[in-house]
Amino acid sequence: MLKRVHFPASVLPYLLVAPQILVTLVFFIWPASQAVYQSFLIEDAFGLSTEFVWLENFTLLMDDAIYLASFGRTILFSVAVAFLSMSMALILAGFADRVVRGATAYRTMLIWPYAVAPVLAGALWVFMFNPTLGIFPFLLEMVGVDWNHYLNGNQAMALVIFAAAWKQIAYNFLFYLAAMQSIPRSLIEAAAIDGAGPVRRFRDLIFPLISPTTFFLLVINAVYAFFDTFGIIHAITQGGPANATTILVYKVFNDGFVGLDLGGSAAQSVILMFLVISMTVVQFRYVERKVEY
Amino acid sequence: MSWRTIFFSTAVLTVSAGMSLAQTEINWWHAMGGTNGERVDKIAADFNASQPDYKIVPSFKGNYTETMTAAVAAFRAKEHPHLVQVFEVGTATMMAAKGAIYPVEQLMSDAGEAFDKSDYLPAVISYYQTPEGELLSMPFNSSTPVLWYNADALSAAGVEPPQTWDEVKVAAKALVDNGMECGLSFGWQSWVMIENYSAWHNLEMGTKENGFAGFDTEFTFNNDTVAARLDDVAAMSEGNLFKYGGRRGDSLPLFTSGECGMWMNSSAYYGSIKSQADFAFGQTMLPLDTAVADAPQNSIIGGATLWALAGHDDDAYKGLAKFLTYMSSAEVQAWWHQETGYVPITTAAYHLSQEQGFYDSNPGTDTAIKQLSLNAPTPNSRGLRFGNFVQVRDVINEELEALWAGNKTATQALNTAAERGNALLRKFERTAN
Repeated sequence: MLKRVHFPASVLPYLLVAPQILVTLVFFIWPASQAVYQSFLIEDAFGLSTEFVWLENFTLLMDDAIYLASFGRTILFSVAVAFLSMSMALILAGFADRVVRGATAYRTMLIWPYAVAPVLAGALWVFMFNPTLGIFPFLLEMVGVDWNHYLNGNQAMALVIFAAAWKQIAYNFLFYLAAMQSIPRSLIEAAAIDGAGPVRRFRDLIFPLISPTTFFLLVINAVYAFFDTFGIIHAITQGGPANATTILVYKVFNDGFVGLDLGGSAAQSVILMFLVISMTVVQFRYVERKVEY
Repeated sequence: MSWRTIFFSTAVLTVSAGMSLAQTEINWWHAMGGTNGERVDKIAADFNASQPDYKIVPSFKGNYTETMTAAVAAFRAKEHPHLVQVFEVGTATMMAAKGAIYPVEQLMSDAGEAFDKSDYLPAVISYYQTPEGELLSMPFNSSTPVLWYNADALSAAGVEPPQTWDEVKVAAKALVDNGMECGLSFGWQSWVMIENYSAWHNLEMGTKENGFAGFDTEFTFNNDTVAARLDDVAAMSEGNLFKYGGRRGDSLPLFTSGECGMWMNSSAYYGSIKSQADFAFGQTMLPLDTAVADAPQNSIIGGATLWALAGHDDDAYKGLAKFLTYMSSAEVQAWWHQETGYVPITTAAYHLSQEQGFYDSNPGTDTAIKQLSLNAPTPNSRGLRFGNFVQVRDVINEELEALWAGNKTATQALNTAAERGNALLRKFERTAN
């Protein structure tokens, strides 16, 4: 016979999670449901005439070749941003972890960019890469590259990827460094005594041990690239030239806040929401298996 | 903090609170940043000092789209200002929101304020009238595109400021041959190269009198004439006779740094060019396409007007009417025009600027107003009234960029732009009725 242990019911656990539930309800569930409701409407900017259209906003999007084309672009952008910012952060953290003197100064400087607002980060890159006035086009011209991201879509895409990745390096760096510092020194010293050099130690010891952090950052960076980058794109390219940098979230922002087409914009944000939810599910279902805790 | 400081600051707060209670506050949201923002503040402060009953409170809300979005969001939350500055392409959206706006002409007559439409420049107010002629919003800052040129570079290359497109090409060639990086560039390409190009040559841009006669309009700017002009400009990229420098005013550095010798954009860049260019510059009328027309028609404006929003107290509207009268007085308008490069909105302000000798000491600064008042506006040149036009301009930007990059011909680009634009018009038509 199995014995089942019964604990007396208590309200305390419910009270303890209540604030979190409340925050989620107010700041996530409620706005998200508003977006779903709005996506069924076609209305004018002021909300004076409203028509309930069921799924028409969605069918309009599915007929829109430009909208469909931005899916592929978004995936390219997100993969590039996540890969670039995570690998750069990993390299920097690997070095910063070995620094003994002035470690705090290095760390502070590397974390600094995280405090920069996305639009400001964008403005910074706009200045550095302005085809007429910027320093980088000037340097690139010396090696024979004609930089004009106002016209060249690939250059524009590269620029927004760099800017978005640069912005996120500091955040990733912080987590990687913390993860590396939580690895017991004795393990690394033992490997060193066995004759493993820094590269070997990193590859066979440190990198597998910080895989939970890598997985966590993968989820975070994907969400960042999908949702948080419209400020940078707005500041640098406005989605141009010829839609070359219009990713899904930028189109949501542009149609809603610039074009005042709230129904169409809400429909896009609902699609984006489901996309990211399913992507996260996939990540947890399949990628997490490779993670050793 | 000592007791004395607290006492004094409380006293000051009480007094100032008492003062603002006696006055009616009128909120004005605008999109004028930087130096122009300071000028807006000055206009408001001068008005506030001129009378005791009303207080205009200007607030900067970001660029044109941000200001409009802010006002729309505020209206939905019933927190909207009395007066908001909206750019010309937002006109159709505002006009369709019948319950949200208070037409200025009606506002002036309800408030018993003297108001005569004939004081205003026809090319300016025609953009903002209903088909029946009622003025919906008060013109504030209006400009029109002109051809800016680097006078030093042109004379070094031995050419005169061009007046036709053929001369533009000759001048661009001469500039590049004389060592310049590029000949011509322009900004706000939809406004300059399609909207104004069409008006200047008296071509229709959309059916139903460019949208004035009804929301069931369709774009016709994808015609052979416009396509031929744009193809010609695209061909000028060869040898850098033309260089694309980005949307809006992003190409300004190309001109002010001395890279391109000619630049087509708003007359309101006068202040920026004056402070940035270290060469002699001038402005002249937009070039004429001699294959299309024998003489230019008139150009159309850009810029913004002030819209009164509905739902406030009558008393506040009375004050608002007084402020609008003050703001369009000849002195204020002439000052605003001379400081900013925007055109004066009334004939009186134009004449006052003439009397003050402004055009004699600053040759070329009357180019914009001459262009606008060249002829009586026709249905093709009085302005545009298309819904969702902010988005349509983005569509045009995207398609033209594909043309400049050599990925499409002008006809392909314009046809796609018109097709995508028409879809946006249909969407607008549904919500507007």
